[in-house]
Amino acid sequence: MSGVGRQYGVLAEYDTPADAIAAAEKVRDAGYTQWDVHTPFPVHGMDEAMGLKNSRVGWFTFCGGMTGFFGGNLMIWFMNSFDYGIVVGGKPLYSPLFAFPVSYEMTILFSAFGSLLGMLFLNRLPRLHHPLLKNKRFGSVTHDKFYVVIECADPKYSEEETHSLLEESGSTHLEVVKE
Amino acid sequence: MEAAKQTSVTVAPAPRELEREPLVLNNRSLGWISDRICGIVEDKAPTWWWVSFIISLPTAMICFLMIGYLISTGVGVWGLNHPIAWGWAIVNFVWWIGIGHAGTLISAILFLLRQKWRTSINRAAEAMTIFAVMCAGIFPAIHVGRIWFAWWLFPLPNSNGPIWPQFRSPLLWDVFAVSTYFTVSLLFWYMGLIPDLATIRDRCKSVYKKFFYGLFALGWTGSNRHWSNYEKAYLLLAGLSTPLVLSVHSIVSFDFAVSQLPGWHTTIFPPYFVAGAVFSGFGMVLTLMVPLRSIFKLEDIITVRHIELMCKVILTTGSIVGYAYGMEVFIAWYGGNPYEAYAFQNRAFGPYWWAYWIMISCNVLSPQFFWFKKIRSNMLYVFILSIFVNIGMWFERFVIVVTSLHRDYLPSNWGYYSPTHVDILTYVGTFGLFMALFLLFIRFLPLIAISEVKGVTPQADPHHPLGGAKEGKH
Repeated sequence: MSGVGRQYGVLAEYDTPADAIAAAEKVRDAGYTQWDVHTPFPVHGMDEAMGLKNSRVGWFTFCGGMTGFFGGNLMIWFMNSFDYGIVVGGKPLYSPLFAFPVSYEMTILFSAFGSLLGMLFLNRLPRLHHPLLKNKRFGSVTHDKFYVVIECADPKYSEEETHSLLEESGSTHLEVVKE
Repeated sequence: MEAAKQTSVTVAPAPRELEREPLVLNNRSLGWISDRICGIVEDKAPTWWWVSFIISLPTAMICFLMIGYLISTGVGVWGLNHPIAWGWAIVNFVWWIGIGHAGTLISAILFLLRQKWRTSINRAAEAMTIFAVMCAGIFPAIHVGRIWFAWWLFPLPNSNGPIWPQFRSPLLWDVFAVSTYFTVSLLFWYMGLIPDLATIRDRCKSVYKKFFYGLFALGWTGSNRHWSNYEKAYLLLAGLSTPLVLSVHSIVSFDFAVSQLPGWHTTIFPPYFVAGAVFSGFGMVLTLMVPLRSIFKLEDIITVRHIELMCKVILTTGSIVGYAYGMEVFIAWYGGNPYEAYAFQNRAFGPYWWAYWIMISCNVLSPQFFWFKKIRSNMLYVFILSIFVNIGMWFERFVIVVTSLHRDYLPSNWGYYSPTHVDILTYVGTFGLFMALFLLFIRFLPLIAISEVKGVTPQADPHHPLGGAKEGKH
């Protein structure tokens, strides 16, 4: 598997978000699974058009937040009550009340890390190399063009059918991307 | 369904006066937006940039020289003395951290409130937040006296037992609040930058630039599967930053409010501090954005409407602050505590009367000019008033810190605080640091969130004719 010259997928370019959405609906209905739409900004309604489920980032945030809150309380209990308790003003060595502000901040801190790292994990980023990024034309994806890419790895992929599906969807440019 | 298919509904176009002013003027295309914003980074640095940078850098050095002098000599080089043990350091800390709050308000709270106009200003405001918090963080670290022990603030094992930090103290809550605030703001800012770094990466001609921007863009391809997770994470971060920003200045206010000192011991402090923080932060955003939009010809993206809306936020928060001042005075009288009453009478008519009245005129009176549309849409007036807001908020913190401390219960515990040249130069130096960082930011990073601004144009809306919507579909 040298990878040189192997095909990665077909790239179809669109000029407007409405065209890209219409194309995405067609590809979704045709039953493809290994495909994606690339856009300069999140297009409203594209998730439905692609048939994507709700993102799972929230679970990472939740786990981060729980870790932060209970970790914070545990830390304060350990430091101020268990390991080296110092009585100040006759107040209890540990109370969830005075432990709250710090635990609250730690909840937010860990949730924020959970959200960002969870997003990167779900997106399998960072990634230093991507076949699409070598493509000259694909550079406009961060400028003003919209792309539908169907990978050759898709079980439904066939050179003829996939090409004609994308052509019919109103693509302004069609190109095979090499691995 | 059948009936719906048969009836054709004709929707009359909305009357002109009901149409909203567009967020990007002159119907600019998607490509124009990235060209204009990336152009700032790609073009040669203008002369004014070099001039400002060459001024800012040595000014920043002054700050570090003064800190070096403070550490090597001792806190005696500051104007602190009994009974005023908190002087400019704490005033500057609260002032800088307050400025940061506008960035988070714009990026998080306005996002949750679906205020789309935030997209034009959020990037620069978030950068301002990060740099302001950096300037703020310097002061509590250096005001501890024996600075080489500042690490005792953090829950790190040490050789004294270990004696751990005292979590009952609001000063320690502050350590956690401020460091969390800085970290989360940085994460939020960086996440927003990822798609825009990819934009610059895709436009770069130089191999080195392409490599570095590409490295930080993390291999972003604008994939919708990625956008889906990205948008969710962005929403969650906005949802997390909102309670965070409200908690940070609340906790800063606890530094005062949890003490027993007349003038500090007030339950009104948390909301009053947060409103004041947003007020001063928007002042700083306007001080920075009003010149930038005309220098970089960004008037189509940061429109007069944007400036007007920010002025309205200043008017609102300024009035809340004014209400809080009034309420403080009222409670001081109504509460019947003679010490409390004295503290407030002394603020307005005691030896620091000048600071109190500068505060009132800058914070309560000057924003009232923003009731007038003529003033809100005149950039010169907006710029001048925004500076008044900054000055006023600095004096607010000065009044709270110094006037509450300078007369204790016994006249033998009375004093008058004046800053030394070290106090003044350290503060001036933080401006150099802030400006140097901000100048580097506008030079190397997109100053406006490119992908977000694109997203609020009609060209980005698949249901708008400009977004390619065809009649009868969608």
